[in-house]
Amino acid sequence: MSFSVMLEQLSGGMIKSLGIFVLTLVFSLPLGLLVSFARMSKNSLLRTVTKAYISLMRGTPLMLQLLVVYFGPYYLFGMRIGGSYRFMAIIIGFALNYAAYFAEIYRSGIESMPVGQYEAANILGYSKTQCFFRIIFPQVVKRILPAVTNEVITLVKDTSLSFSLAYAEMFTIAKQIAAAETTFIPFVVAAVFYFVFNLVVAVGMETIEKKLSYYQ
Amino acid sequence: MRKILEMNHIRKEFDGLEVIHDISLSVEEGEILSIIGPSGSGKSTLLRCATMLEKIDGGEILYMGERAAWTEPDGKRVYPKGAKEKKIKSYFGLVFQNFNLFPHYSVIKNITDAPIVIQKRPKEEVYQEARELLAKMGLSDKEDAYPCQLSGGQCQRVAIARALALNPKILFFDEPTSALDPELTGEVLKVIKSLADLHITMVIVTHEMAFARDISDRIIFMDKGVVALEGKPEDVFDADHTRIKEFLGKFNRV
Repeated sequence: MSFSVMLEQLSGGMIKSLGIFVLTLVFSLPLGLLVSFARMSKNSLLRTVTKAYISLMRGTPLMLQLLVVYFGPYYLFGMRIGGSYRFMAIIIGFALNYAAYFAEIYRSGIESMPVGQYEAANILGYSKTQCFFRIIFPQVVKRILPAVTNEVITLVKDTSLSFSLAYAEMFTIAKQIAAAETTFIPFVVAAVFYFVFNLVVAVGMETIEKKLSYYQ
Repeated sequence: MRKILEMNHIRKEFDGLEVIHDISLSVEEGEILSIIGPSGSGKSTLLRCATMLEKIDGGEILYMGERAAWTEPDGKRVYPKGAKEKKIKSYFGLVFQNFNLFPHYSVIKNITDAPIVIQKRPKEEVYQEARELLAKMGLSDKEDAYPCQLSGGQCQRVAIARALALNPKILFFDEPTSALDPELTGEVLKVIKSLADLHITMVIVTHEMAFARDISDRIIFMDKGVVALEGKPEDVFDADHTRIKEFLGKFNRV
């Protein structure tokens, strides 16, 4: 196999990795916020359930979680799996896992907000929702950005775990080519791809951080 | 004169420890009331009860004659919700010791956001009024600055403008200069004094004795959760009262 063909195949896989990356963020970032609300809820049942969920997600390997999400429906309910469910299972698994991490990051940011901000908003007549979305959340975003950047970078590399469900993202393809052609080159290319991807992510996040540095 | 605020038989406790014992007071339209007293005497707590930041454990609060909070005979506290709550909140404003400006909003946005978002007033009108307020505060050139670029005194003046922009019937100050050095204190006190000339109803918790004496129509001296002394400034400051002599004596010495 020529290098250009290999590059072409790996690039195709990269698009799929990118798909996992983007969809995971689209679902896990809002879901994480909801989970963090549940985690800080006054309702102790909701709080306990959420704590257990976060503990499970952080305490077991993501690869194992992917396998459970994909094969679970068959073993538990005898449902037919495969086809488009493979990709869906990956997104569900990733989103559930990352939402747990993001929830704790949101919580750290929200709990670090000075109570005076809530009190000032209260006195000025903001409702709880208005206070959260206009006053609290924008400041939380700034506070948690470095921690979120860490997670996002980890996510780029974690997309490679999709090979456990034999989904043809970049790393799965790299392994296949390496095995078929008995060459190490695809792994080198994969490493470069991941590295450049993360460089772009890091620069992007840094730009956002800079944009938010207009206040302290 | 119309009574803006009435607090009757207010009690407040924290974890079973009562910090305000049966305090009653009222504030009339245009009146300036200062509350002085040692730290821990319950001044700030009383103010926080009046502004609903703390919930009372006994008594009732009225704004403009409307019941804003009260306790039932069985001890249950009642705070109206919804439209009524909104209306009551619109009657008062509060200036905090540490300003509590919104750091992510520019000065003008800090002032205009609530009138536009909460009161749904037209943007142009609100902005024009905000600029007039800033001019009054001597901050016309700081419109687009962010709070982190301002001095403490400037921040506090923005906070005062922010409170005034909602046109409250009564404005509370919770130790407005305690976080400031003497120079900055002066500029904030000057602004508060200018509000007094406009006959804005104010309740001021302060440790600035000379200022309180100078500006107030009436002074309340609080000690250990009760009103120990109340009256015209000269009556309170020259009172033959052991506790206040002791308290003021310490101020005179430093």
